Amino acid sequence: MKLNANIPSGPIGEKWGSHKSSIRLVSPANKRNIDVVVIGTGLAGSSAAASLAEMGYNVKAFCFQDSPRRAHSIAAQGGINAAKNYQNDGDSVHRLFYDTIKGGDYRSREANVYRLAEVSANIIDQCVAQGVPFARDYGGLLDNRSFGGVQVSRTFYAKGQTGQQLLLGAYSALNRQISKGNVKMYNRHEMMDVVVEDGKARGIIARNLTTGEIERHGAHAVLLCTGGYGNVFFLSTNAMGSNGSAAWKAHRRGAMFANPCFTQIHPTCIPQSGEYQSKLTLMSESLRNDGRIWVPKDKKDAEAIREGKLKPTDLPEEKRDYYLERRYPAFGNLVPRDVASRAAKERCDEGFGVNATGQAVFLDFSSAIERYGKTEATQLGIANPSNEKIIELGEKVVSSKYGNLFEMYEKIKDINPYKSPMMIYPAVHYTMGGLWVDYNLMTNVPGLYALGEANFSDHGANRLGASALMQGLADGYFVAPYTVGDYLADEIRTGAIDTNSEAFEKAEAEVVDRIDKLINNNGTRSVDSFHRALGKIMWDKCGMARNAEGLKEAINDIKALREAFWNDVKVPGRKDMYNPELDKAGRVADFLELGELMCLDALTREESCGGHFREEHQTEEGEALRDDENFAFVSCWKYNDEPSKAELVKEELTFENVELKTRSYK
Amino acid sequence: MNLTLKIWRQNGPDDKGRMEIYPVQDINPDMSFLEMMDVLNEQIIAEGKDPIAFDHDCREGICGMCSMFINGEAHGPGRRITTCQLHMRSFNDGDTIVVEPWRAAAFPVIKDLATDRSAFDRIQQAGGYVSVNTSGNTIDANAIPVPKTDADRAFDAATCIGCGACVATCKNSSAMLFVSAKVSQYALLPQGKVEAKERVRKMVNQMDLEGFGNCTNTGACEVECPVGISLENIARMNREYLSASLSSAE
Repeated sequence: MKLNANIPSGPIGEKWGSHKSSIRLVSPANKRNIDVVVIGTGLAGSSAAASLAEMGYNVKAFCFQDSPRRAHSIAAQGGINAAKNYQNDGDSVHRLFYDTIKGGDYRSREANVYRLAEVSANIIDQCVAQGVPFARDYGGLLDNRSFGGVQVSRTFYAKGQTGQQLLLGAYSALNRQISKGNVKMYNRHEMMDVVVEDGKARGIIARNLTTGEIERHGAHAVLLCTGGYGNVFFLSTNAMGSNGSAAWKAHRRGAMFANPCFTQIHPTCIPQSGEYQSKLTLMSESLRNDGRIWVPKDKKDAEAIREGKLKPTDLPEEKRDYYLERRYPAFGNLVPRDVASRAAKERCDEGFGVNATGQAVFLDFSSAIERYGKTEATQLGIANPSNEKIIELGEKVVSSKYGNLFEMYEKIKDINPYKSPMMIYPAVHYTMGGLWVDYNLMTNVPGLYALGEANFSDHGANRLGASALMQGLADGYFVAPYTVGDYLADEIRTGAIDTNSEAFEKAEAEVVDRIDKLINNNGTRSVDSFHRALGKIMWDKCGMARNAEGLKEAINDIKALREAFWNDVKVPGRKDMYNPELDKAGRVADFLELGELMCLDALTREESCGGHFREEHQTEEGEALRDDENFAFVSCWKYNDEPSKAELVKEELTFENVELKTRSYK
Repeated sequence: MNLTLKIWRQNGPDDKGRMEIYPVQDINPDMSFLEMMDVLNEQIIAEGKDPIAFDHDCREGICGMCSMFINGEAHGPGRRITTCQLHMRSFNDGDTIVVEPWRAAAFPVIKDLATDRSAFDRIQQAGGYVSVNTSGNTIDANAIPVPKTDADRAFDAATCIGCGACVATCKNSSAMLFVSAKVSQYALLPQGKVEAKERVRKMVNQMDLEGFGNCTNTGACEVECPVGISLENIARMNREYLSASLSSAE
């Protein structure tokens, strides 16, 4: 099988423009007769559903939450990148493109990334026009800040709630179309399967989570905007309901899964505090603008801090190891996420961890507080300010920048981060892998599209901070609405999709059969107990560092766990009413397959790149060792009866506009 | 910690519902309230009974999905937190904790502690947007400077998470704080001013249709709001509404 990425010809700067102007259109009269189903209402889903409806298609949108506004994009904190160059610091489309390719460790597709950088500026214009209240300076113009892996300030933000504001903007656009009757919204509905007929996506089987009813929805195109699968690790920064089921169902129906092992472990999260923990909370990367990361230089001091015999604030400057500044002087605390996470793990594994479990490092704001305090004092004309005054003024500045994040930390840990450094540790945050898509964001199943985090295309092996929001909205507002038309131009004579066909009958029967199996299983173990066990296997053997032996073990362990799940899972309640345990069981069953494919992918990729670190492949200094000669490709997996029998198809990556270099932030 | 939980159980919108008592043991004070509920549900499942349904998703205070009335307060004791941010250290060993769903005619119970808040969506659909197409070809984002104070106030209003604590807390089940937050956000920004009058009329009209009560300026909503939406927004909405009512309708 050969995959065609359908990348338009011509120079990279002209590809999207010429493609867009030569793409086929569907006339307004025909659009009225074409149905599009959108699954998920995060940034990608809401924006796509709104845009397609605005163009004239009949859109049905689905979300499993009680309202489209709850999608997990809402929790994104730090910001959104755009090549506006408002700060006049040398930013450009090319620089954003280059940073993203390099940040992704040269494992993403040039043409897609360039288009993303190209449309980024429009996103900001669009959002401001929709009334998104971005942060502004005293001149009334938009403010920016910096994120990891770049040397310009191109990140637009709304305090630590940028995702919320952007999602509510997209939700408002969606609401406008719902009110006009162009979108029919299905809240508390979960997609159970994609229906494929004559090789094309023709609709979905959905379940009404409130009543348990199974529904058939025909469509000429199906867009999966269903986010990532980080919850395969059980503990992650994802929401409790975030799941990989829609993408996995599509995979089982023939869609290729690309680079499943590329997982982003975010360096700054609040460490796990006990076995009961249900999720991990992110502390925005923006904190690394002003926070300095350190552990004690001396193991004895680390031990004393762990045992509570020594306060971190009592440890003098010369006894601290600011290991990111030491190892990566050029980027310091703002190295990309994969690099920062691995460095934290390295220090903790060596015995320098600073909390009771030994799995935490400090993120310290005292230098920033002092620096800002002095500047403020000067501006206020205070001569010889006292130390207390400096700290008071400095804390005010820090609070205006990160106030809500500091509050969030204090609520969870009951420690005041202004007075004592935060303790942080890496946690699963994002998945770069996802459904394979071509330049038009279509999977290899005609009519089936994947947008946002659900696809694989833009972030390679490591995503840069503030780029997920950018990609979600770019895909939903500006890319898919055009490219879908190119496919639908052939569907104008199809007419309404018949949901009584054999394909729909069969798909529905399979869905019902599986639900019956789960609810009638009468086992002894709860769904969560299996999910926790899977998470532990994944974190230990397919987490921040991986090796062949561990991955082989993991594949066997997951198989055994999957078998145990189907033999012994206990799902209480009924299938014909609201039953969150049943919903969860279906998602965990899919994670138990997806996890295995992730391990297989990690085992096959005999190199280290981005978030994928194979212990066998590292430099003497412990940096990731990439192998461009043998692995400059996208791993695309085709489903074959069971996850471990998946067939590998390679999409070779060619780089014509950037030179493949060792990624260095030193 | 050992606790006694009195929890509202209701099988569906038509079931009458009742309080049931559940003892829980060995609760870690660092658990969140929802993690304690997870522990309780594991216990109920092990006993072969039906676990308690409750809404939750992000568990970091931003999605607005969690919604419990705990000891007579929306999102429980503590200010400016959602239930998922409430930790067990806020309670004492031996406490009895009463847990109920949001109670309002416009929020019917789906099951146990989960309610249907789609009325909020319908209010937003009535006018909670700026009528601009999503082409991206609008004017440059910096073409209209917005005074920082206006931008900041619009942002503060826009941080509403749509959880419904204001309605659950209000003795009249009024949704004024929720609606006024959206009306204010747009009224404060130049992009939203064009349709300000029509917007406030439509949103208030839908709010009334959904069966929410009137505002009698008690201010409980502001106290219980997990993100600190200010009562000033209600005052602003009243002004906007009055001015929209006095000017000629189209």
